[in-house]
Amino acid sequence: MVKARINGITVKVPEGTTILDAAHKVQIKIPTLCKHPDLRATGACGVCIVKIKGSQKMVRACCTPLEENMEITTHDPEIVAVRRSVIELILSRHPNECLTCGRNQNCELQKLASDFGVRRESFPQYLPDIKPDTSTGTIVLEPRKCISCGRCITVCQEMQNVWALSMLERGIDTRISPAGDISLADSPCVNCGQCSAHCPTGAIFENDETAKVWQALQDENKYCIVEIAPAVRVAIGEAFGLPLGQNCTGKLYTALRRMGFEAVFDTNFGADVTIVEEAHEFVERFVHKKGALPLITSCCPAWVDFMEKFYPDMIEHFSSCKSPHQIVGVLSKTYYARKKRLDPANAYVVSVMPCTAKKYEIKRSGEMFASGHQDIDVSITTRELGRMIKQAGIDFASLPDEESDHILGEYSGAGTIFGVTGGVMEAALRTAYDYITGGKLKNIDFENVRGLAGVKEGAVPVGSHTVKVAVAHGLRNVEAVLSKVRLAKARGEEPPYHFIEVMACPGGCVGGGGQPYGVTDELRVKRGKGLYKDDEAHTMRYSHENPWVKKVYQDFLGEPLGTKAKELLHAAYKARPEYKK
Amino acid sequence: MESTKEMSVKDQVKAIAGQWRDREGNLIMILHQIQGKFGYVPREVALLLSRELDVPLATIYEVITFYNYFKLEKPGKYNIAVCMGTACYLKGASQILDAVKDLLNIDEGETTPDGMFRLDAVRCLGCCGLAPVIMINDRIYGKVKKEQVMEILAAYKKNKE
Ligand code: SF4
Ligand code: SF4
Ligand code: SF4
Ligand code: FES
Repeated sequence: MVKARINGITVKVPEGTTILDAAHKVQIKIPTLCKHPDLRATGACGVCIVKIKGSQKMVRACCTPLEENMEITTHDPEIVAVRRSVIELILSRHPNECLTCGRNQNCELQKLASDFGVRRESFPQYLPDIKPDTSTGTIVLEPRKCISCGRCITVCQEMQNVWALSMLERGIDTRISPAGDISLADSPCVNCGQCSAHCPTGAIFENDETAKVWQALQDENKYCIVEIAPAVRVAIGEAFGLPLGQNCTGKLYTALRRMGFEAVFDTNFGADVTIVEEAHEFVERFVHKKGALPLITSCCPAWVDFMEKFYPDMIEHFSSCKSPHQIVGVLSKTYYARKKRLDPANAYVVSVMPCTAKKYEIKRSGEMFASGHQDIDVSITTRELGRMIKQAGIDFASLPDEESDHILGEYSGAGTIFGVTGGVMEAALRTAYDYITGGKLKNIDFENVRGLAGVKEGAVPVGSHTVKVAVAHGLRNVEAVLSKVRLAKARGEEPPYHFIEVMACPGGCVGGGGQPYGVTDELRVKRGKGLYKDDEAHTMRYSHENPWVKKVYQDFLGEPLGTKAKELLHAAYKARPEYKK
Repeated sequence: MESTKEMSVKDQVKAIAGQWRDREGNLIMILHQIQGKFGYVPREVALLLSRELDVPLATIYEVITFYNYFKLEKPGKYNIAVCMGTACYLKGASQILDAVKDLLNIDEGETTPDGMFRLDAVRCLGCCGLAPVIMINDRIYGKVKKEQVMEILAAYKKNKE
């Protein structure tokens, strides 16, 4: 431990603690801009400078460890003036476009300028002339608004291990770009959107498709259907000042209905179907030895894209089952449309997701058109829905709860935990256990696969077998798991695992790239808790016991993994080049 | 050893990468040799290197663009830099630039199809007293008038053979 004083207050912290974190311990907030709690400090911005007694130089609190007996001053007129100048300098390279920027009122730079009372432009503006990159259709890069904080680079390279983004040139010409100024769509980018969730400014932003949704809602010929993903319900409240992690499922249904949707469905229904299919796949491979083990989950499109680019040798291990929102999409335009005597050409399906990659997934291959139409017409993020609710003049926080629409809106507790890392594994194990042993698990809460450790492993006794599982989230954690699989394959040994779950985003979808800003581990845990509570509150906690899922199989789909199920609910994968150019 | 002409680009890249594989600071040295050999770092080579060294392409481009020394475009036989610094700009550098573009039928950052000329607009060349300035390879031309551009280029065009 080291002992020191900050603004005269004594503080004791473990060795290696930064001045920034130590100050937090004693309720002192040092302003930051480039530092994000998820990421290592880059020391790029200089906003966090403080004074150390006896030293001439000011130091950056975010990347300077506190030392024994240091005496730190975090705020005095000189420090505040320097910070203000640093902010003014940054502003001289940043367009004054706040009013028309997607981050208006939600921007960390704007907030600092406001807090520090910047009232004039003290330096002449120099703005690079770089066009926005809209090539992916998922996120938009606007390098003009970039302040070179480096967060997105650390996210893309270290947290996600994708290396699509790089910081090119230096000094005043520094800019974010894929290697060699190609477009993001030609780069290895997997559309996870984590860069957009971590950018302090409007330089990386989701492709806003709210206008399309409004247009469809206005169109009399369109029958508008909406579905909400598990993780959306425990995050949307943040946009309206509700407590972190509060489950807003009922309010969401109400809000969507008031916005004009004719059918309000729930992606959790699709999650239950995914589990039925995937658990059958698992039993086929594990018990009947038909197909490769481990089985690997495929409901995260950023992970699928990552695998197709970096681990194409794993294709045979992937579950061919579609992700839950695609399943609700295809069932809406087939099963539901038929029941409603609705021309599927007039059905317009909107999925609300915590995710930017879902915008890519809805067109990723021919199988996403299994209904004969594009199964999902548009996918919007939690952030986009938040703005739409505000535009609609709905007082979200005071809304009463309503129910979802029958039948694609009914879900089990297992379906809802899809939104948190480990949840798909847990839901699948509950059902697979039943399929394999014909009995029920005593304790259905799998604590081993819960929580925020990057890789979680477990061995689950299932009848006379032991199922070895691994769960990884945050793409950098994939390597540790898959290299073991590769090694065992190369040596012809037993696979190290039977079942692997991967989610691209740290924390799973609760920490998705399209979720409200300001994510930290603390917030991920809170959102996750919201989902676990939703699970516990359900009497029905097994996907395959969802009576409405059973009914859709009976009336329409036939057998799991049967002909119809294969045709509508499954997809194939192919190796894709990391760089298209 | 085989002559480099007969070696494929791939083999050449492999050979260079092999020499430096386990040494400190190898990426910069490798890029240095690549540029020595090709005159610039072609994208194809950068991609090969990325695979060969198991270094992300992003890192390779971060290094290449960090140092002005490395070039990403094939240089021309004659590299024309038109200064667009404040002084030159005020004295009509953009007309000069347009004149060069028209005469060579290329844009900034491009090379003529015959590989003779490459054109770049650059920030201050540091001889503001001579504004407007253009530089061709290492030679500086000061107080350039639009009308002179054709004449200056003609002298180089003659050297074609
Ligand atoms: S979306 Fe993900 S993969 Fe693409 S640039 Fe951003 S962080 Fe990298
Ligand atoms: S794009 Fe955003 S996160 Fe990336 S360096 Fe620029 S300001 Fe930072
Ligand atoms: S973890 Fe969830 S939010 Fe993140 S990319 Fe995957 S599906 Fe989207
Ligand atoms: S927050 Fe410390 S240098 Fe930016």
